[in-house]
Amino acid sequence: MCGTCGCGGESPVPTAGGVDVELHARVMAHNDHAAEHNRAHFRAAGLTVINLMGSPGAGKTALLEATARARPGLRLAAVSGDLATDNDADRLAKAGIRSRSITTGTVCHLDAEMLHDALHHWSPGDAEVLVVENVGNLVCPAIFDLGQAANVVCLSVTEGDDKPLKYPVMFREADLVVITKADLLPYLPGASLEGLRASLAQVMPDPRCIVTSATGDEGTGEWLGWIDALRARTREGES
Amino acid sequence: MHEYSVACALLDQIEAAAHAHGVTAVKVVHLALGEQCGVEAGLLGGAFELARAGTVAADAELRIRPVPVRWVCPRCGGERPPGAPLVCPDDGAPARLEAGGEIILERLEMEV
Ligand SMILES: Nc1nc2c(ncn2[C@@H]2O[C@H](COP(=O)(O)OP(=O)(O)O)[C@@H](O)[C@H]2O)c(=O)[nH]1
Ligand SMILES: [Mg+2]
Ligand SMILES: [Zn+2]
Ligand SMILES: [Zn+2]
Repeated sequence: MCGTCGCGGESPVPTAGGVDVELHARVMAHNDHAAEHNRAHFRAAGLTVINLMGSPGAGKTALLEATARARPGLRLAAVSGDLATDNDADRLAKAGIRSRSITTGTVCHLDAEMLHDALHHWSPGDAEVLVVENVGNLVCPAIFDLGQAANVVCLSVTEGDDKPLKYPVMFREADLVVITKADLLPYLPGASLEGLRASLAQVMPDPRCIVTSATGDEGTGEWLGWIDALRARTREGES
Repeated sequence: MHEYSVACALLDQIEAAAHAHGVTAVKVVHLALGEQCGVEAGLLGGAFELARAGTVAADAELRIRPVPVRWVCPRCGGERPPGAPLVCPDDGAPARLEAGGEIILERLEMEV
């Protein structure tokens, strides 16, 4: 027997008037399968995809705007998941980022099929990096693989140092945490980078973070460096 | 509430298994749910009750087995205590989540 590995091994045992079946099937298998399909598309297109998550207002869109400002030559495209509006897509377009929105209605997360459908109707053009701005939410998007090369979580200093401990699944799945709004630290007596880092160390096995502020463009150089390294890693994976 | 999406994925798997074994009704669904799997057991139970209507699991009981979180150092095998940093203090290796992140349909009790 396989324990909880999710191997899907079956072994039906007849019972009085019925049958018992051991399945050991991973419930997220369908989405994970769709995510692998997306990954194959992205690999074929030479596209590095980042799943950008975080609370509403954490500064996800502002980070993308700052990215385009800091390196206009980066071929960047974005898909933004939004419950009701197109506001983010409009802001991104103004920043010169080719983008489209996926209006999710009442759904609080993007899943691999939603992204797949959107990308079969809209092309990111000649983009080399595609950022999926997920629905603003620290819970629901965490368990839906989209086929991305990396998960990035935006966490603003105003949210409180303990947020990683309250939403461990989201941060556990993060390859990088971008701490945003660092310019506001002087006004927040209860917040500190040390406190944030200590929280991240308890939930991230390999805690990596970059401190940014979209107002002064602090940290964007480091962020662009991280994107370049990710891009190099995905290219290696392609060959 | 993504628990509804998870309940629907679970029901798809239940329907497929029932179909494969030619059964008419599912009596009990055994689910292993990691305590850090990103899904709330209570909310999932509620979502399952809503989503199961009209399926082979319309009268099924959902039995959830909670699985505690276990982080283990892949190098020395040491278990990281709750609340401690996940990097091993002895050898600097990042811990691995051995248990507590899973959502697994373990077993179905069905009627022929
Ligand atoms: N002071 C300051 N405000 C920021 C920063 N980044 C974003 N904001 C503001 O925070 C609000 C939410 O940002 P937005 O990018 O829409 O967050 P999103 O919901 O995560 O996409 C906006 O009013 C931004 O101007 C920052 O680094 N410093
Ligand atoms: Mg936004
Ligand atoms: Zn396809
Ligand atoms: Zn160790």
